[in-house]
Amino acid sequence: MRKLLTGLLIMLCLFAVGCSRNKTDNKDSDVIKIGVFEPMTGANAAGGIMELEGIQLANELYPTVLGKKVELIIVDNKSDKVEAANAATRLVEKDKVNVVLGSWGSSLSMAAGPIVEEAGIPAIALSATNPLVTLGNDYYFRVCFIDPFQGTVMANYAYTNVGARTAAIVQEISNDYSVGLAQYFTESFKKLTGNENAILGVSNYTTGDQDFSAQLITLSQKNPDVIFAPGNYTESALLIKQARELGITIPILGGDTWETPEFLTVGGAAVEGSVLSTFYTTETAMTENSKIFLDAFRAKYGKEPASVAALGFDGYLLVLDAIEKTGSTDPKVIRDQIASTKNFPGAAGTITLDENGDAVKDAVIKVVKDGGFVYSATVSP
Amino acid sequence: MSFHIFLQHLTNGLSLGSLYALVAIGYTMVYGILRLINFAHGDIFMLGAYFAYYAISVFFLPWWVGAVVAIGLTCATGLLIERVAYRPLRNSPRISVMISAIGVSFFLENLATVIFGGRPKAFPVPAVLGKSIMIGKVSIMPVSLIIPVATLVILLALMYVVHRTRTGMAMRAVSRDYTAAKLMGIDVNRIIAITFATGSILAAFGGIMWGLKYPQLQPLMGVMPGIKCFIAAVLGGIGNIMGAVLGGLVLGLAEILITAFLPALSGYRDAIAFVILIAILLLKPSGILGTKVTEKV
Repeated sequence: MRKLLTGLLIMLCLFAVGCSRNKTDNKDSDVIKIGVFEPMTGANAAGGIMELEGIQLANELYPTVLGKKVELIIVDNKSDKVEAANAATRLVEKDKVNVVLGSWGSSLSMAAGPIVEEAGIPAIALSATNPLVTLGNDYYFRVCFIDPFQGTVMANYAYTNVGARTAAIVQEISNDYSVGLAQYFTESFKKLTGNENAILGVSNYTTGDQDFSAQLITLSQKNPDVIFAPGNYTESALLIKQARELGITIPILGGDTWETPEFLTVGGAAVEGSVLSTFYTTETAMTENSKIFLDAFRAKYGKEPASVAALGFDGYLLVLDAIEKTGSTDPKVIRDQIASTKNFPGAAGTITLDENGDAVKDAVIKVVKDGGFVYSATVSP
Repeated sequence: MSFHIFLQHLTNGLSLGSLYALVAIGYTMVYGILRLINFAHGDIFMLGAYFAYYAISVFFLPWWVGAVVAIGLTCATGLLIERVAYRPLRNSPRISVMISAIGVSFFLENLATVIFGGRPKAFPVPAVLGKSIMIGKVSIMPVSLIIPVATLVILLALMYVVHRTRTGMAMRAVSRDYTAAKLMGIDVNRIIAITFATGSILAAFGGIMWGLKYPQLQPLMGVMPGIKCFIAAVLGGIGNIMGAVLGGLVLGLAEILITAFLPALSGYRDAIAFVILIAILLLKPSGILGTKVTEKV
């Protein structure tokens, strides 16, 4: 008898769950859902949260489109490739979002690539710079430039501004972004110096490593003029700190991921003078949206925005613009409109997407000075 | 490779190794007494570092007061965990306690993420310890000198306690035969609590030293060191305090020297630890200093 009752109860529960599920499946047509998958915990948390700040600010300024409310559905991908794929699956299958924004980190975005493509939901990466994020994927776009450009910019900087003729590379081997950037830097630097052996050494580390002394000593033995060390900000800050502690004084260059407050607090005095390329600067307004973004950001958060916050803002605006122009919420229609974006005035510069869905825009060089990121130069493609 | 470069690598290896040793002692002591691999040990290590961060950076306590407060709080947390998660399972099968330990580990990691936040924090390093010293051509951070010395002092103190005091005798008795020790009038719960307290204090101390060496805190910072120190304990012979120290040193040196001499392998650093673990399990499962235990059937 008791078994029977328990069985009945379980069936009742399952039935209830099934019913409530059916209800949510009925698409609420007066809400437009934008799925956001970002690392909010784990190694990349700072980057993900800063990007989210920009998206939420944009959502606050422009909460409706076509008379419908825009709802952000935010999922934490925990800085993990597997979790990123899970998060993307959840957004397209369970939440049935119209568009996906994210993620900080090329590896994390690439993990979601096949999922959004299969579901036919357009996705916009905000600061993921590895070419493979959008390459061969009709549904992935981005509002930032790509690593071949960024790598060239840094190689040029090393050659012209630092006067370097030899370099060493420390790369985060488990991070597609870092490996890609190191590769493009190498190609450009060899071309600039005209020397096939201009890169004196390459060392690897993996995400989460905290001790780089062995790699740094080995490289410094070869006496390079400069070290190129693109990678996640947490590991990079420790890496530069250890390099300085070991008495390595040559300039250390990196990429856009470094631009986080944590890079400065963890690195302290050691990261002074480090050079990085990034997307945006508060010093010069690139478009009329730059000013709107900057004022609103300062008012809402009471601090200076990071580049990736501006890119988050731009990603959201681009989606809204596409929905407004087409008057449709159908993911396929939105996708086609995004793909044809020309001269869209984003906060972090004008966005024109090329045939791969990559933005072609200026890069900004910043130098760490007095505990802050200071604008140094703007470089056009 | 010139001699001073080799010395530099050796110093770095010893410094990393003694840090592993410090945390491995905690693993080994708890295992020795309870036959329990305390999976939460790495997370207690993380808590120690965070407590110190809050005491020093947020409550503005002087550095050493902050460190002592953090060690005290971590010790209390360790005791609480033992009381809540392990003591009720004292007479359950060993696998239940192990599952409980894994649960505690996940619980602490997620609790820390909620309370402390996912973004990394910079550990406050006092100015005196922030500058490297040059000895000949070898540059050494002050922490790298403090850690091996502290590990040695702790090792000697523990050896004294375990082999020369009544509590130590009780500990050895409990580890040999739990039921018989109880029959002999030993307050088993008290002895186990003391062991957990000692282990937690060492984890907290290790966490603070780790923060000084790699000044960056995040909720999952205990996971990898936890696994590495467990490997160090197994390598030396789990349950053996001297073995834990030896295992830690071997692991630290192996990691640094292999990356130094074979730069191509520098990306596989964590794999080195696991290869060592597999090798030791195949060749001498009881560890370098371990003795073969005959299981009673």
